[in-house]
Amino acid sequence: MSELKEELKGKIIEQLNLEDVAVADIADDDALFGDGLGLDSIDALELIVMLDKDYGIRLSDPKEGRKIFESVQVMADYIEEHRTK
Amino acid sequence: MNKELHIESWCSIKNGTVRLNGEVIFTDDSDDFKTFIRSAYSFLETDYSKFFKMDNLSKLAFLTADILLKRENLNTEENDIALVFSNRASSLDTDRKHQTTIENKEAYYPSPAVFVYTLPNICLGEISIRHKLYSENSFFIFAKFNATNLHQYAESLLQSGKGEKVLSGWVDFDGADYEAFLYLVGEEGKIEHTPEEINRLYTIL
Repeated sequence: MSELKEELKGKIIEQLNLEDVAVADIADDDALFGDGLGLDSIDALELIVMLDKDYGIRLSDPKEGRKIFESVQVMADYIEEHRTK
Repeated sequence: MNKELHIESWCSIKNGTVRLNGEVIFTDDSDDFKTFIRSAYSFLETDYSKFFKMDNLSKLAFLTADILLKRENLNTEENDIALVFSNRASSLDTDRKHQTTIENKEAYYPSPAVFVYTLPNICLGEISIRHKLYSENSFFIFAKFNATNLHQYAESLLQSGKGEKVLSGWVDFDGADYEAFLYLVGEEGKIEHTPEEINRLYTIL
């Protein structure tokens, strides 16, 4: 699980082009949207594509992302439970 | 009676060099655009985290416009500056990136963050958001730099009261080639707003 969380932090920084943010800057429970990392709606869509591409998880309803992308910890828990690759 | 319009300031970015009113204000020997634009962004103290989410064309347009507009002491709520941009390659650089994500049906993962930049006029939105510009904006695709058309359109906007100023010019990005030349038209300044003067400044690139 710890390895997955580090992997997710790296992917979030790289795929969402978060300049000046390092893996160590993101705590497991930090909010990804709003006052946390300040991600926006396009970032949410990128994360949905990432779930599908890298973990084989296809969200039928994009609104599901609101809960799943609450923090790296919540994302990792969801991926562990639902991943197909 | 028609207003007497002038080119108040201009900025260009090409071949790793940033010029403001003809004077070199930044230069970098980096071979690739990504390294160059990051260095220029930092040196010019741009401070806008969304910059790094933009595509190459928007980064080029945004930085060139930002150099000019942040010297204007703009209103923090709303500004009446129109945008009239042009280029040759449209959004082709980003279109190609998008194409690579959809050409393989077995690995069909189009990136939303890339797709949203598959129109050249998106860069106008980025500049408008940053500087609170609520006036007209247009993006033309020309075979080559066309001072006559840019001049006519800016004159029409300003003479008909569709803006207090117009930020106009050329922002082109294609492969490894990039070129930006933007100028601010208004009632201040000394350089006449004519196609001849626009062409003269453009060739200083």
